[in-house]
Parts: sequence; structure tokens; C-alpha cells
Amino acid sequence: MKTKVALTGNEAVAQAMKQINPDVVAAYPITPQTEIVQIFSSFVANGEVDTEFIAVESEHSAMSAAIGAAAGGARAMTATSSQGLALMFEVVYIAASMRLPIVFPVVNRALSGPINIHCDHSDAMGLRDSGVIQLFSENAQEAYDNMIQAVRIAEHPDVRLPVMVNMDGFITSHAMDVLEVLDDETVRNFVGTYVPEDYLLDAKNPISMGNFDMYDFYFEHKRQQVEAMKAAREIIKEVGKEFAKISGREYGLIEAYKLDDADVAVVVLNSAAGTAKGVADELRAKGIRAGVLKPRVYRPFPQDEIREALKGVKAVAVMDRAETFSTCGGPMFADIRNTLYDLKNDIKVVNYIYGLGGRDLRLEHVEQVFEDLENIRKTGRVDETVKYLGLRD
Amino acid sequence: MRKSLEKYYRIDKLPHIWCPGCGNGIVTGALVRAIDNLKLNKDKICIVSGIGCSSRAPGYLNFNTLHTTHGRALAFATGIKLARPELKVIVLTGDGDCAAIGGNHFIHACRRNIDITTIVFNNNIYGMTSGQYSPLTPLGAYATTAPYGNIDRNFDLCKLAEAAGATYVARGTVYHVPQLIKFIEKALQHKGFSVVEAVSTCPTYFGRKNKLASPVKMMEMLRDNSVTVKAAEKMSKEELTNKIVIGEFLDVNAPEYVEEYMKIIKRAQGEE
Ligand SMILES: Cc1ncc(C[n+]2csc(CCOP(=O)(O)OP(=O)(O)O)c2C)c(N)n1
Ligand code: SF4
Ligand SMILES: [Mg+2]
Repeated sequence: MKTKVALTGNEAVAQAMKQINPDVVAAYPITPQTEIVQIFSSFVANGEVDTEFIAVESEHSAMSAAIGAAAGGARAMTATSSQGLALMFEVVYIAASMRLPIVFPVVNRALSGPINIHCDHSDAMGLRDSGVIQLFSENAQEAYDNMIQAVRIAEHPDVRLPVMVNMDGFITSHAMDVLEVLDDETVRNFVGTYVPEDYLLDAKNPISMGNFDMYDFYFEHKRQQVEAMKAAREIIKEVGKEFAKISGREYGLIEAYKLDDADVAVVVLNSAAGTAKGVADELRAKGIRAGVLKPRVYRPFPQDEIREALKGVKAVAVMDRAETFSTCGGPMFADIRNTLYDLKNDIKVVNYIYGLGGRDLRLEHVEQVFEDLENIRKTGRVDETVKYLGLRD
Repeated sequence: MRKSLEKYYRIDKLPHIWCPGCGNGIVTGALVRAIDNLKLNKDKICIVSGIGCSSRAPGYLNFNTLHTTHGRALAFATGIKLARPELKVIVLTGDGDCAAIGGNHFIHACRRNIDITTIVFNNNIYGMTSGQYSPLTPLGAYATTAPYGNIDRNFDLCKLAEAAGATYVARGTVYHVPQLIKFIEKALQHKGFSVVEAVSTCPTYFGRKNKLASPVKMMEMLRDNSVTVKAAEKMSKEELTNKIVIGEFLDVNAPEYVEEYMKIIKRAQGEE
């Protein structure tokens, strides 16, 4: 059974967590994530879930407690934003290398300094190389759906990796949205019970975890993580298809919006994809063949799908809501340009940094991007590879 | 505000963000008055804070100020003190900032007895993130994360400071303002690590969750529940439940970290 409800992104994620009913949740509050865990803690207090909730003293402890719980064979979760994720950095790598299927929503917020509480993707991008799977959500519906699928992806025997479910701070987390939620039983059947392969305190099969690993095996273990990431690409697609059966909504690695015949395209994550799709529609009405590519999965990076989706496009703008300070553009720009290199068909790829620290992305900004792309397509010339949108001079 | 105190504030940054009835302004005012009473050179003072409602205070204060990350003010302050020992370094922190995420820095600053004055704005809650219980939320009190009462045992921050090695430790409240000012003055004059726990009010979160919604009620609670160190000595453990013991707990001398550090440099360079 499906029900249409009005919820904020945070409420939708808390709802998904309630239906998943994890064994352990450990968290520390931080804006704009706080609500997720706070709402969830009221489910715990009211006996609506069987979860053990631990209000730890920092995010480092939150992820550490989740790791402990997962190592003990439990289905464990945490949630955070920005500085909280930065503080978790050390142990996120531990969770990934110990192959623990911890699912954790991250409500994207700019990293300090200067201190700011609004949306950008610098927090998530800081952990793109940590070995966790990263899903991105355009709106509350996708955040809810991603949470439910994340459990299956994380726990799949070929994957066994943590999954970070991202959504935009305030824009998605605090805005009321209409979405369709599933009934508890359907979700519980979909996620199933977690059957860990190896876990601590299994008297019949005592093991030790987190061991010292020198030059003899460390390298192989890292390579195994890469294999798990590769496997995740297929598993994410499988889980997405299965999810379609219970929800009517199918998810792949990317969403290709009007790209089949597109001349120009924008690549963008999370909520700004909605803005970009709206602008693309308007431009199409004026005869411009505009399209949008929204990676749903950022790690593992869906190279093949992206190459396939963009192969016919003449000019592409990658929009990054994070800086790398490489002076060569944003993080996703590097990935996309790298991906398109092998096509050898001279697609022009440019980069726009936008929305840092919550700066608004306006329709006019995206229109400007498409206009630039049209110029590039017509003249074959790129004057400036990396530009900043909506920035004061 | 007294005209003569205006120089201590960044008047252009006012009005402040704190809720009506919040105790943060009182603690900040007490600090300013203590500094004024002692006639300290305000350009030789550096005020450091973490993150939280209380940690916003230095933003309104016209001194050298450093707003850092959640829980880490003492680590930053330690660096400042070692680099510029001539500065008076003051840390403003919340109960969460100091005792939860920053608890480790707190005990180690106490242990080193470094010459820093720490003022803990204890409103018994994480105010900024909307009222989750902190390590100083009393047992049984309500918070957004403890709708049926808090079962975590709370720290007695003054005992913790004492046990960890701080050399001046006092507790005051925002109701007993002249006394609070006195404690801050003494802390500022003390050589070594000094801690003043200022029990404060958060009507918005702690108050609303604990049936003390009006700031006046919270003030009355501070008035009625506070007992002096002296009176507390004669009271049983049962009589002391839910009481706030106020006064000076410790005022002793011990080798101060920066001085010891300078001595060892001299010794190592054969200057002694
Ligand atoms: C690493 C990190 N985690 C979480 C936060 C979110 N956060 C900001 S202030 C705060 C708690 C503040 O409580 P307290 O120190 O008692 O100060 P108060 O607001 O009550 O004055 C939290 C959890 C943060 N800024 N950084
Ligand atoms: S939330 Fe509480 S601590 Fe923060 S400003 Fe308001 S009353 Fe003060
Ligand atoms: Mg507090």
C-alpha cells in the first residue's frame, strides 16, 4: 500500500529509518541533520521501533559506535552533516575497510570555515575517496527511497560497504514536499533481516577485526574494496529494479533527462537537478535541445552510463557545489571530463561552481549556463573552462 | 548598559541572537564587569570560544576573539597561550562544547594547569541544536532526546575539573550575579587553569521541556535550589539531590604549564 503524504526531507528520512527498524542508531546533533535523529529518537522512546538509540558525545563516537554495533552483527546507522562528517572522517575509512554495511544519511552543509550552516556538497566530497557508496537525492521522495534501497545495497554479500545517503541541507531537509511512502510491512519485507557473514562474539566462529595489515596484505585488501565497489554498480541497479516492483519508481545509477537528442547538457547532483530540468523544459519549448544528467550514484562513479548518456552531446556543463582548490575546477568536473576523454569526439566540457555556503541557484543562472553552452556549440570555442555562478565580482 | 562598559562590546553587532530570558547575556555581562573591575588591558586579552549559543558571546565582545569549532576552543587556546604567553586567554564554552565533544580537551587543559580561564555557560542542554540532553543535564530531567526523562548520569563539572588538576574551581549562577563576577575576577587573577561554571538559563529548550517555561521561573529555581559550599557540607546526600552547590571549591597553587615550559627551554639551553 502506498500513501501520499506531506513531509520534509528530514521527516521522510526519519520515516524510512523507522520502517527499516535498525538494531542500533548512534548520533550527535548538528544542523541541518538534527531533526532526523531527534524524530527517530522519539520513535525509540515511544516504542515504535526496536532500536537501541545511543546519544553519544560526538560524531566520531557516533560512527565508532555504529562500527562496533555492525561488527557485532547488528544493522547500525548514524546521521550527520558538515563538521560532523568531517569529524567522522577517520572512522568512515574504518567502516569501509572493515566492510561494514552502515547506512548513514548526510544532510549536505558547507564545511567551516568560515562557519556556515547552509547547503553545499563540500562535506560529502571530502569523503568521496573513503570507500563508501554515495547516493544523492533530488528531493524528499528520493531521499526516502534511497534510504530503503541503501540497506539492501550495503548488506549485499558482494558489496558489504557503508552507504552514505545525501540530500541538500534546508532545501530538501527542511522544505515540505509531497511524497509517496510505503507501508511498514512492505518496507520490512523489502529490507529483510540482516544476516552478517562474520561478526564478533560468534562463539562458534571467533574472529578478530581491525587487525594490523602490513605491506604483505594491505594492498590486496584495498583492491578487494575496489572490487566490492565495482560489484556495487550492478547490485545498485538490481536493487533499483526490485524497488520499482514495490513502489513503481525505478532507480538506476544516473537519471538521463531528455538527453537522447540533446545538443547541450548540464550535469548536476541533488536538488539543483530539479532546477536544471525545469530550465531545460523551457529551453526545449524555444527549440534548444537541452538535457540534464543527474548522477544518483557518485561513488562508485557510473562511468559507462555517463559516457553512454552524453556521447551524442556537443557541449556539457558540469555544475559542482564544492571546490577542490586544485584551481582546475570542481570534483565532479574532473570525473566527468575524465570519463568523456575516451570517446575522442571532442565534446566540450566546462565547469560551473555554484551555491557554496547556501548561495541560491536561480533559474537565470542555469539559463546562463545553457546559453554559454549554445555559444560553445556554435563557435566550437571555450573562453573560460571554470566559471562561478551567482558570485559577486 | 552602563556607558563605561560600551567599549567592551561590538555595539554594531547588537542586538544579539539570544532568546528573551536567556542567561548567556548575564554571563557575558559578568565577564565584562570582572574585566572592568580588574582594569585589565583589553588589548592583551584573547577570548576563544567553540560552537553553541554560548560560544556566540565573543562575537559581541570587542577584544581579540577567536570563534573555533565545536568542542575545540581549549585546544586552540592552548596554542595561543604557548605562542603568546603574555596574553590573558579566556575560553567561553557551553556544557556540551566543554563536557561532551570537548571533554577530552577539558581534562587535559586541567591536567596541565595551563594559565587559561575557562567560563562554562551551563544551561544543562544543547541549546543551539534545539534541546538535546548534554553530559550536564541532571538525571531525570527532560530534553528533546529524553522525552521520558534523562537516564544518563551527569557530570559534576567542578568535581571533574578538580580531579583532573585545575587549580581554581568555582560555581556561580546567573541569579547570583555579584558573586559570579567575583568568581570570574578571582579566576582571571589566578595563575594556572581556572574554571568557573556559570549555571545559566535556557528558557527556550531546558525551560519548556522541564515546566519552567518562563525566564522568571528559571531564575526562581536558581534562587531556591542553590546552596553554598558551606551549607552543603552539613547536608546529607539525599538533601543535596537537585541542589546546585555554589561557591569556591578550590583555590591552590601548582606549577603552571607555560612557566614550566619556559624553564625547561632555559635549562636545555644551559642558561640555568
Ligand atoms: C563537529 C560538530 N558537531 C555538531 C555540531 C552541532 N552543534 C553546534 S552547537 C552544539 C551543542 C551546543 O551545546 P552547548 O555547548 O551546551 O552550547 P549552548 O548552545 O547550549 O550554549 C552542537 C551539537 C557542530 N557544530 N560541530
Ligand atoms: S536556545 Fe536557549 S541557550 Fe540558546 S539563545 Fe535561546 S535560551 Fe539561550
Ligand atoms: Mg548548553
